[in-house]
Amino acid sequence: MSRVGSEQLVAARLAAREHNDYAPLVAAVPYARFLGVTAEMRDGLLVSRLPFRPALIGNSARSALHGGVTAAFMENTALLHLLLTLDEDRVPRSIDFSIDYLLSGRAEDCWASCDVSRAGSRVAHTVIRCWQSDPGKPIAIARAHFLLATPE
Amino acid sequence: MTTSNFNALLQQKFVEFTTHAGECGMEITHLDASGAEVLLPFREDWLGDVQRQVIHTGIVTTLVDSACGAAVLAHIGSFEPIATIDLRMDYLRPSLRDLPLYCFAECCRLTSHIAFARASVWQKHRDEPVAIAQGAFMRSGRRAAAAHKRTGDAS
Repeated sequence: MSRVGSEQLVAARLAAREHNDYAPLVAAVPYARFLGVTAEMRDGLLVSRLPFRPALIGNSARSALHGGVTAAFMENTALLHLLLTLDEDRVPRSIDFSIDYLLSGRAEDCWASCDVSRAGSRVAHTVIRCWQSDPGKPIAIARAHFLLATPE
Repeated sequence: MTTSNFNALLQQKFVEFTTHAGECGMEITHLDASGAEVLLPFREDWLGDVQRQVIHTGIVTTLVDSACGAAVLAHIGSFEPIATIDLRMDYLRPSLRDLPLYCFAECCRLTSHIAFARASVWQKHRDEPVAIAQGAFMRSGRRAAAAHKRTGDAS
């Protein structure tokens, strides 16, 4: 069983902040690793990428991305963004998540970025955009609330 | 094809039609016009928070989207393309490692273009859900039919 202590999370954040190496941060979240997520910094904004693979298809007849995969990828984008930008030593907990689908996901790579509308002492409100080849044409927009780690 | 034959076929072929559901090991354990129950066995890959050993809520959303799709098709009683318009998830409890996730989804209203569905997800007890959800789905195959009808009405 792999365990990531808070020290590893802090080390992963340091690697991302100081060396633009986002692999340790992604690796700290097994499900992100399963999806095959990568992350990079673009114009000062964390952008995560979901490389396409046939196993991510939802409808085999239409070769469309599984809507759940798009949602999960976007929620994970918010999670990575919070892990990078806040100084949490634990993974924020999802409270709720709401997604609006704008276009059918094609059999191509997806990108997503997150905007933190507010990070209070306990709750963060985030808005996530996901696009494929054209950043001006998002395929989905979502918002998520996260409970931040509070002293126990 | 009768509705019950269709449901049997959908239940059997679900993971073939929905590639990613097959990839995750999902299985429809019950399906009729009143709803779909889908099982997702535990995998280490599902973990989102290794410190707390809690399952990532993203895979719960994937399970819900799949189960709602199956429930809507079973309610319609035949194959037609459907697309998720929106989905809202409330994560009521953490999902724990080593336990499977179960989702029951039902189509609560079907119109000529839209299907509304709701779902709940649990691990140990159905009355202690880890998540509840609702979503709207578009019967996207109906667009061509509607356009045809409009043309017909105009002439």
